[in-house]
Amino acid sequence: MLGSIYALIALGYTMVFGILQLINFAHGEVYMLGAFTGFYATNWFKLAENPSLGALVLVMLLAMAVCAITGFVIERLAYRPLRKAPRINLLITAVGVSLLLQFSGQLFFGSDPKFFPLQPDFEPWIFGEEGNEIIVNPISVVVLVLALTLMVTLQYIIFRTRLGRAMRAVSFNHDLASLMGIPTNRIISATFMLGSSLAGAAGVLVGVAYPKIEPLMGTMPGLKAFCAAVLGGIGNVTGAVLGSFTLGLAEMFLVAYWAPTYRDALAFSILILILLFRPTGLLGVYRPEKV
Amino acid sequence: MTNGLGSQRPTTAPQPHGFSSMKWWGLAFVLVWIFHFFATGLISAYGMNIVLNAGLNIILAVSLNLVNGFTGQFSIGHAGFMAVGGYITAVITMTIGRDYPDLMSHWIGQNSIFIAALVAGGIGAAGVGYLVGMPSLRLRGDYLAIVTLGFGEIIRVILLNTDSVGGARGMSGIPNYSNFGLVYSFVVITIFSIWRIVNSAHGRVLLAVREDEVAGEAMGVNTTQAKVRAFAMGAFFAGVAGGLLAHFLQILTPAMFDFNRSFEIIIMCVLGGLGSITGSVIAAVVLTGLREALRGLQEITHVDLRMIIYSLVLIILMLTRPNGLFGRNEIVDYLPKSWRVKLTGKASRA
Repeated sequence: MLGSIYALIALGYTMVFGILQLINFAHGEVYMLGAFTGFYATNWFKLAENPSLGALVLVMLLAMAVCAITGFVIERLAYRPLRKAPRINLLITAVGVSLLLQFSGQLFFGSDPKFFPLQPDFEPWIFGEEGNEIIVNPISVVVLVLALTLMVTLQYIIFRTRLGRAMRAVSFNHDLASLMGIPTNRIISATFMLGSSLAGAAGVLVGVAYPKIEPLMGTMPGLKAFCAAVLGGIGNVTGAVLGSFTLGLAEMFLVAYWAPTYRDALAFSILILILLFRPTGLLGVYRPEKV
Repeated sequence: MTNGLGSQRPTTAPQPHGFSSMKWWGLAFVLVWIFHFFATGLISAYGMNIVLNAGLNIILAVSLNLVNGFTGQFSIGHAGFMAVGGYITAVITMTIGRDYPDLMSHWIGQNSIFIAALVAGGIGAAGVGYLVGMPSLRLRGDYLAIVTLGFGEIIRVILLNTDSVGGARGMSGIPNYSNFGLVYSFVVITIFSIWRIVNSAHGRVLLAVREDEVAGEAMGVNTTQAKVRAFAMGAFFAGVAGGLLAHFLQILTPAMFDFNRSFEIIIMCVLGGLGSITGSVIAAVVLTGLREALRGLQEITHVDLRMIIYSLVLIILMLTRPNGLFGRNEIVDYLPKSWRVKLTGKASRA
């Protein structure tokens, strides 16, 4: 479940990286915005009294829309003017956008943690006999299924549609793609919107699964999702999902069986090890730097 | 001057001249200590606090500029190196203070041990910087950003879980050894060292890495080695600054070295100009003052408004003036020509 949330965020990272070679630091904050959109949407439509699967999907779609718009605005205002600038400037801007969203989040939403109000309460599923049963919390299943649906949809968009083909072309070579008549800028915007909407969905799902939300919640999962994307091979969509599930499971095992306090250090240790021994990640292909 | 670069060394290393010559820096030292003995009494404790903070920020911003400005990498974990240096220094002075109280009671013993501990802290931080830099600097610059960020978190988590240095409560009861003279001596040493590095053959190598890594490599520069060295040197000074900070606040907690602290240093560096030492110095002083000025505002809004302003400034700066306010120029480049020639020996701008 944690893995699927990382996967949704990591997909956005890996898509943006694939197309712009940019680490979009603000991505974790888009995820935070998704959670808060869910929070306000639930309160607005008064869905908290009557939580159902339909309500959850509705809120999720709404958060996805809001985040897509946010992603578009960020790209248009902060990144596009720097398309031709040195990469370090883009990175600095990305960090700036991330912090701006974090702290304006504190200003507008208040810096204290909030309880995510949409809590569909399902009967736990019980398998097996009395005394030897396995209890499954349906919420995890719902989160997992919704996340997987989104991932499959994304896979479909990337590999089976015109938009996806254009995205792959742009990530292969900007100039060539624009020579072929692909509107490069519009495709990049679309990539940002797709990635951000997935992060928004992750925000709502995390709100359902772990109900505490706060303006600074995006930083850690954002960075970990990036680590997961690197683990799977950055720029590679399947790799991002694989890396995220690996990281999510590893983290859960670490917390449950070994050293819970070292939880936040795990992802970065994995990142450093991966960079040392296999910089292209699990599924990555080595691409030499071109002049 | 030996810089250990061997065959990488360009044949026309610039000669020390003007600002690069020793006499200016000797003079700066003398001024620092004159001020220390005769004028520090005139400043209130609160004022002194700001002045020392400004000095530490200068060390941090200038040392980060070596990595982010001159070498063109992007490190966002400077606070992590501060933490390493700070904790090492504090552990050393506190252990010696406990076991040999006589040694610490005399000012010669105290100061020499403190300085040795600071250097040890710096070396520890540089060693960690080397370990962190090695894997990430082999690759493209972006990875350094995320690895340094992650490294800062790892350090924090490790410190939080180490009971011998107080865990989350932190270390308290650190003796107050930092004073104006020491802090500003290190400011002078930092600026001097980095000025000399940047204007040496090694500095040319760093600039080559910044301008075009592939071309630099084609010219026989070992870019990875150059980057790792710059990174370790930056980490060294961050470690020293951490040690000074520990012995001036007299307390260390892991929370002091979070990402916001690193970010504060980055913005000083960027605001002053990526690749401008004097720019970083000015930005460090101005931003330290600004923090005090904004303190009242923060009490009204209950939010760290400073960070919102910083991040906005950073974005706008990147969009409009990508090299920071001073760009790659030093402050002397803005002086009249006759002064410039006198100070730097060069008529043209850098």
